[in-house]
Amino acid sequence: MEPTDLAIVARARLGDADAFRALVERHSRPLFRLAFRMTGNQQDAEDVVQESFLRAWRQLGRFDERASFGTWLYRIATNCSLDLMRGRKRRPAVSDEEDPVLALPSGDPTPERVAMSGQVRERVAEAMDELSDSERTAFVLRHFEGMGMEDVGRVLGCQPGAAKHSVFRAVRKLRRALEPLASGAR
Amino acid sequence: MNHLSEEQLILHYYGEEDDALPAERHLDECEACRALYGSLQRALNVVDSLPVPEPGAEYGEQVWKRIEHRLPARRDVRWGWALPAPWRWAAAGAAFAALLVAAFLAGRFYPHARQSVQLAADTQAGERILLVAVGDYLERSQMVLIELANARSPGSLDISSEQERTVDLISENRLYRQTAAHTGDAAVAGVLDELERVLLDIAHAPSRLSPAELEKLRQRLEAEGILFKIRVLGSNVRHQEGPTL
Repeated sequence: MEPTDLAIVARARLGDADAFRALVERHSRPLFRLAFRMTGNQQDAEDVVQESFLRAWRQLGRFDERASFGTWLYRIATNCSLDLMRGRKRRPAVSDEEDPVLALPSGDPTPERVAMSGQVRERVAEAMDELSDSERTAFVLRHFEGMGMEDVGRVLGCQPGAAKHSVFRAVRKLRRALEPLASGAR
Repeated sequence: MNHLSEEQLILHYYGEEDDALPAERHLDECEACRALYGSLQRALNVVDSLPVPEPGAEYGEQVWKRIEHRLPARRDVRWGWALPAPWRWAAAGAAFAALLVAAFLAGRFYPHARQSVQLAADTQAGERILLVAVGDYLERSQMVLIELANARSPGSLDISSEQERTVDLISENRLYRQTAAHTGDAAVAGVLDELERVLLDIAHAPSRLSPAELEKLRQRLEAEGILFKIRVLGSNVRHQEGPTL
């Protein structure tokens, strides 16, 4: 049976780098997905993952063992993502060659499809950029990560009710921003 | 018939209600709520339509290789990256260096504080001023680098004004780097050292950069991740500042 996160954290706290390596290998992929959803950019997401683990290592002494290590790590990664996004222009999410929409198996990349995918990407990115930090974080955690409101609240450092309202506001804003696009795509 | 609120529809979408049946029944009967719910589903489907690149199974190992050599020894965790222990600033005789910088900055950025001679004797106030000043310094450095990283020009670009600002920043950087080195904050000193080398190169570059030189600089900034490091450091410093003076 694999040791729990808490057992590994206890070793890492004593300076055991191999224990921390196990945590890195265990949590890197979910953390990347979260960081990509937060930043919308692969390179940024990779930077965030690395910086999150470095920050986690330095702050291990502050980790409360009653909490989930994964949730704690998510909190660090969301803060790291927000730090990265503040005060800088958003980089293009992906190049045309690696556009995930174009990569979907639904026919040839006609000019209309290329234009549409670019438009969708831009509109979604713009709509996400319109969200406040707490709305964006709450939405990403609830919608993409499937976290319950209590866990979303833990990551945000607020009550579940406040987390729920952040999700409400985020979805409401996204619906209004994307409805014209969504109607056109029906 | 009471319509479902948008909040109720969102909870229904995420399956967060205590009992989903009433909402389902209502949606079966009410066209207006069904339309609103459909609008919500379509918008969220659009968000879902952009897939996330899936890292391979070896991704965790790759991350480890990239960060392994950057992990400080656990006992070396310092103020720049973890909660500050005020005594650390006073330790190793570094308080004097810190207060020198604080006094310098108090004179430069806080003229109203000049008369407060006793400030120099107040270690806590000195630490806070220093943190405020370091945060301010990091922000100004970041601005110069971001401006250069985002600069676009069809021909050569005049960066003389950025170079002038860079020269000022280098002097400040030395003070902070030396203070961090005196207090044993290797991580902070390391970032400031990296930043100083970038600033020196900019200051000593030609005052007009060709597009290729500009691109080279941009690639260097990205490759070294210096902007990210400054942001992370700045964020931690601001976190430690506490209430504004």
